[in-house]
Amino acid sequence: MKRYSAFAVAREALRYHTGWERAWRSPEPKRRYDVIIVGAGGHGLATAYFLGKNFGITNVAVLEKGWLGGGNTGRNTTIIRSNYLQDPSAAIYEKARSLYETMSQDLNYNVMFSPRGVIMLAQTEHEVRGYKRTAHANALQGVQTEWIEPARVKELVPIINLEGPRYPVLGGLWQERGGTARHDAVAWGYARACSAMGMDIIQKCEVTGVRSENGRVVGVDTTKGAIDCDKLGMVVAGNCSHLSEMAGFRLPVESVALQALVSEPIKPCMDVVVMANTVHGYMSQSDKGEMVIGGGTDGFNNYTQRGSFHHIEETVRALNETFPMVSRLKMLRQWGGIVDVTGDRSPLISKTPVDNIFVNAGWGTGGFKAIPGSGWAMAELMATGHSPLAEEFSMMRFKEGKFIDESVAAGVAH
Amino acid sequence: MLILECPYCGVKAEETELAAGGEAHLKRFGPGSSDEEFHDYLFMRENPKGVHFERWRHANGCGKWFHAARCTMTLEVFGTYSAQTTEPPKEIQDKISEKRPNWTWRDVK
Ligand SMILES: Cc1cc2nc3c(=O)[nH]c(=O)nc-3n(C[C@H](O)[C@H](O)[C@H](O)COP(=O)(O)OP(=O)(O)OC[C@H]3O[C@@H](n4cnc5c(N)ncnc54)[C@H](O)[C@@H]3O)c2cc1C
Ligand SMILES: [Zn+2]
Repeated sequence: MKRYSAFAVAREALRYHTGWERAWRSPEPKRRYDVIIVGAGGHGLATAYFLGKNFGITNVAVLEKGWLGGGNTGRNTTIIRSNYLQDPSAAIYEKARSLYETMSQDLNYNVMFSPRGVIMLAQTEHEVRGYKRTAHANALQGVQTEWIEPARVKELVPIINLEGPRYPVLGGLWQERGGTARHDAVAWGYARACSAMGMDIIQKCEVTGVRSENGRVVGVDTTKGAIDCDKLGMVVAGNCSHLSEMAGFRLPVESVALQALVSEPIKPCMDVVVMANTVHGYMSQSDKGEMVIGGGTDGFNNYTQRGSFHHIEETVRALNETFPMVSRLKMLRQWGGIVDVTGDRSPLISKTPVDNIFVNAGWGTGGFKAIPGSGWAMAELMATGHSPLAEEFSMMRFKEGKFIDESVAAGVAH
Repeated sequence: MLILECPYCGVKAEETELAAGGEAHLKRFGPGSSDEEFHDYLFMRENPKGVHFERWRHANGCGKWFHAARCTMTLEVFGTYSAQTTEPPKEIQDKISEKRPNWTWRDVK
């Protein structure tokens, strides 16, 4: 693999860009791999990457039914933060956030990580108390975050209307080191690094069956034939129940649509990310100038990657109150992804009832920010059978009543 | 836009009139059941790619709960039926079999 550098750009400019090579190989599958990862989204690719980087396991295939990064990883609004309430969440999201800081250098791929700061608005008394509590918890967890008053919110976000008709802004939880990154680049950067380590990333290869013998996985059936493996990682987000059914067990997950939309590009007007959980809307401005907008999920099980129009309307209505300028914007595109929501709204990084099958799912509406931390923990779990970061995210927690209840505690979302 | 006919008041209600209530025909387990049963009842879900039976409430209408049979891959609605049943009625099952011969749902089919 040729490295990307300022020198490479200059060299290629001089020879009409004829020297760039493909970022990753597209091989046909081998008969057998030590490890198969199903799903070439951010979490699957990061898992493969850290299997190679941290444990020297490189006889790995990543199987993807569509194109890599075409699932939720390429559909999300890219908000990155780590100021969650519960200890296990704060630990893994903060690990991920800190890995994002050096990801471009580590991968030699520009993922455009932009730590521009994230504000979560408090618009009810309940949220004020909740966020102050989170700020204190974060202080103990070593996660940088602070409570800010309305005047400071206005300073950071001049386009905001503090005196909204229904929900005035009472303050906010501010994480200065949060921000955004380029979602495709995260998938592409990991794919390139995995391919360079000799791993096979096989696109247009859907897993259609999981084979096991004596309670232990032996391989998968795919649209490109049967492939054997010692260990199998299922990292397919909204499709996780479908895959676990092939392996003969159920998951505590339901799949629903989550949508987002972007406006026409406008001049720079907001250089932080703002989330408003009470009214269900959040917004940031992309480098191209588009306002990137998201809201809440639809209420019913859905695999179509299309959502209901009235949710878009609700989201935009909510944002209109808080950012009156939004009412003048034309929206350009709207899309949906199928998100995997667990009983306590926290993810699963877990062993399963079948030996050597591991599952990483349940990131729901907020897993982009977790990609490097999740891959780190999942690789450790798959390589060694144990990972401190993943421990509390075992699917056994539902049996033991050890929930990681972020939905009630932190006011959900991204 | 999802449209479901309320089996009680007969109104063809569109989504904003309805509240989704999740997977239907869960067998309830409480005191005296095993940990396994209680856990499965509370948290494990079919979440199928295909035929799904689910509960809905005609929230901004007659207010009553009812059942719907729907495909999660196409959003096709096979029919709605009363809440007073522990499994989908035969005519709904037949209708689904016509369109999706290989459908399954727990131990119903
Ligand atoms: C609209 C929207 C906005 C969001 N906003 C944010 C945000 O601002 N911040 C944030 O942190 N998170 C956000 N999220 C959540 C985030 O996108 C996801 O949690 C994350 O991308 C999940 O990554 P993944 O790798 O697990 O899944 P995916 O990226 O979905 O990857 C799974 C892959 O598995 C493949 N697959 C499925 N079944 C099979 C099979 N049988 N065989 C082979 N391959 C298969 C799929 O094609 C897919 O490519 C948002 C999500 C959506 C939909
Ligand atoms: Zn009714």
